[in-house]
Amino acid sequence: MADYNSMELMICVASRFLENGATVVVGTGAPCAAAMLAQKMHAPNLMAFFEAGAFAPILPTMPISVGDSRTFHKALMASGMLETMEACQKGMVDYCFLGGAQIDMYGNLNSSMIGIDYEHPKVRFPGSGGANDLASLTWRTMVITPQDSRRFVEKVDFITSPGYLTGKGAREKAGLPKGSGPYKVVTNIGVLGYDEETCRMRIESVHPGYSVEDIKKNTGFELLLAKKITETAKPTEEELRVLREQVDPYKYIIGRG
Amino acid sequence: MQELKSGTRELMQFYDCDEMRDYFRKKDKSLRSKLTTVSDAVKNLISDGEYIAVGGFGGVRIPTAVLHEIVRQRKKNLGLSGHTATHDFQILVAGECINRCDIAYIIGLEARGLSSNARKAVETGKVKVVEWTNAALAWRYKAAAMGVPFLPARNMMGTDVFRYSAAKEIECPFTGKKLVAYPALHPDVGIIHVHRSDIYGNCQIDGIQIADYEMARAAKKLIITTEQIVPTESIRNDPTRTIIPYYLVDAVIEVPFGSYPGNMPYMYYSDEEHLKEWLEAEKDPQRFKEFLDKNIYNVKDFYEYVEINGGLKKLHKLMQIEKLTKEGR
Repeated sequence: MADYNSMELMICVASRFLENGATVVVGTGAPCAAAMLAQKMHAPNLMAFFEAGAFAPILPTMPISVGDSRTFHKALMASGMLETMEACQKGMVDYCFLGGAQIDMYGNLNSSMIGIDYEHPKVRFPGSGGANDLASLTWRTMVITPQDSRRFVEKVDFITSPGYLTGKGAREKAGLPKGSGPYKVVTNIGVLGYDEETCRMRIESVHPGYSVEDIKKNTGFELLLAKKITETAKPTEEELRVLREQVDPYKYIIGRG
Repeated sequence: MQELKSGTRELMQFYDCDEMRDYFRKKDKSLRSKLTTVSDAVKNLISDGEYIAVGGFGGVRIPTAVLHEIVRQRKKNLGLSGHTATHDFQILVAGECINRCDIAYIIGLEARGLSSNARKAVETGKVKVVEWTNAALAWRYKAAAMGVPFLPARNMMGTDVFRYSAAKEIECPFTGKKLVAYPALHPDVGIIHVHRSDIYGNCQIDGIQIADYEMARAAKKLIITTEQIVPTESIRNDPTRTIIPYYLVDAVIEVPFGSYPGNMPYMYYSDEEHLKEWLEAEKDPQRFKEFLDKNIYNVKDFYEYVEINGGLKKLHKLMQIEKLTKEGR
């Protein structure tokens, strides 16, 4: 077996989707590590916003809050939340990273509650925070999440952050900015994307050691298949070295893998 | 044009913009000292049933001394703007001070985990909630700060967050596009912790201001706690940095290390050990009661709270972590 854990793999794979010169809103945890890794590998001018108002910091260590002082360490700007949100709304932000307790085939995310009666939730979660804002207003939504059929469900109990809602054209019809929406879902088993015609989730690549069947088994809805399904490239020695030595030397995040 | 939708919840807090103009016209704008104590500020400016907003970002630059005092004075039935409300929400729920909350983010403490006590309060309906997002609440402050009844935006539509909000869809008069209208949010009382203020309430904040620029301008009454009181001369020497002008402010209290156990940018980092103690203590009701007695009800003031949790030695360590001379986060 390869000498990396699933968290390291997800971070490395996600980082490769972030190109030099792009803008991204990141949260704490894996997304933050993926953005930092991309900056140190192939995208030195990947510019990161944090939702509480920081822009383009040089992160000295992993922040624990998206508003803590690490997020604007040697930043180009320490502003306010609306600076970030309004940059998204006017089309200046390419990517955001989100997570959730549930995701469906259209990439709709639930981080609000489990249960179907709003007044009496079975389990209550924190809610949108800035997630709905970023999923509504950035161009492309990325998700990093472990994959299992309790999380990848036919129907989310509550749409906190919009994916493609009910399918092609539904976002625009609802009033959300056109051309925006879910992009990739990076899991511990593979990489999922979205079919252009139906906006449904599809399998695009499978991580080394796993199969298409493994992905299907861990998904609670029918997945489409990309025309060509590839095997995900393993993390390179260089990616792992930079991730372990420079991005997360105290293993705050990769220690959870 | 398609049908325009409305959120299904009732608006918790709304004042007509002309009513607010009258209010702000009458607000005392004389340059007078606002210095007071935490206990007097809470006693005189926060009444049971009012709607409050807390500055900072849940565990960053929070006015802990005032939050604890609200609990100690056993304020009841307060409404809260839950704009990334993390440790602040946890404190107010622990004291059973709030019964309703406009929420963007509650219950969680970001990467630290979830508050079981806060979660229970929402799941059992002890705290009624209406859904919003961080941007939505910030735009609601901004509308209030601008003196207009609402602001349009392009998020939230098509989701259950909209469905369980009190927002409305409108049609843009210029483009015909569907937009969401966010009603102005004027909290009855705003509470903000800052780096520097003079005795009149001219305040400077270092680092990100989150939504405090807007919230300070939206609130009817504003309580400021500050790391230090500075001479007005130093404000006048650098007026570009005044984020909150004195005429918005009703009370100023000097509370050094006032964001503890939260982070205060450039000064001290959050006390992760103590925040973990909170989360652990909540798991057992009896233990949590003892924890609250020890940390809030049976302490005289904020100084004593800091003292029993490690005092100067702890603060020194948090300063070193913030300045990156000691490992930690």
